[in-house]
Amino acid sequence: MWSLTQLANPTRFLGLSGRVLPWVAGASALCLAAGLYLSLFASPADYQQGDSVRIMYIHVPAAWLAMFCYTLMAVSAVGTLVWRHPLADVSAKAAAPIGAAFTFMALVTGSLWGKPTWGTWWVWDARLTSVLVLLIMYLGLIALWRAFEEPARAGRIVAVLILVGFVNIPIIKFSVDWWNTLHQPASVLRMGGPSIDPSMLLPLLVMAVGFTLLFVALHLAAMRAEIFRRRLRTAQLVAAHRRPVGAAAAAAQGGL
Amino acid sequence: MNHLGYIVAAYAVAAAVVAGLVAWVVADNRTQKRRLDRLEAERRGRTAERTNP
Repeated sequence: MWSLTQLANPTRFLGLSGRVLPWVAGASALCLAAGLYLSLFASPADYQQGDSVRIMYIHVPAAWLAMFCYTLMAVSAVGTLVWRHPLADVSAKAAAPIGAAFTFMALVTGSLWGKPTWGTWWVWDARLTSVLVLLIMYLGLIALWRAFEEPARAGRIVAVLILVGFVNIPIIKFSVDWWNTLHQPASVLRMGGPSIDPSMLLPLLVMAVGFTLLFVALHLAAMRAEIFRRRLRTAQLVAAHRRPVGAAAAAAQGGL
Repeated sequence: MNHLGYIVAAYAVAAAVVAGLVAWVVADNRTQKRRLDRLEAERRGRTAERTNP
């Protein structure tokens, strides 16, 4: 049985993720195909919202993943700060653009759902504003990672900021309970069980599983790319140190 | 189907975001792997030159 430390070895991770990735991507494609059929053709229109309720099947999974991705980054940040494990920082850095994309998707689809349902594209209520703050945080973290030359140093600094920003996740989740918002309260993950009819809950859950598998596949692939990028950087630094001084200076001028 | 324009726009945005993410991740993966392979091949070549001048 492999221990967590063995699995967290970058070389072993590359081997294992290379084998798992095609299966996860395939399962995601199948789930999303089934989910799209159920969402667009096999589920009923809402008695109040009409067919605009079909936007829920992409909006809700995107919003869940936006929060899940940040939570994963916070766990990775703990791994970076406590154990200083390079794979933890790789995980957080690879997840950030994916989380930003899902947050953007949640905001835009929410706006497109809000117009026919509420009569407005946007309102500065607690849920919408806190999700917008989440998107800004993702973009800020991506920019901060790129501002430092040394990945390990950047990783530690960004990890602190990720943990500080994690306070926004419970604010997003409970904003609809703590404040009076235009956004509806939770109807799936709530005390007392889901309040959605099973005919709409099934497509939503299938789409959520499909989106989650897609996220896992993208995250694994992005982590692999980040490991390759760091190995390339290390190999370039080693090559530059071995080269004679004149050749290294010429290479540096050439932007190696 | 009522509100068709909103539904099509929402699904189109979602498809574009997913397609963009997949394209970026695949391209980044291939680029980094190709660069790393090229550097390792150059290093192997230099090592062979030193051992067999």
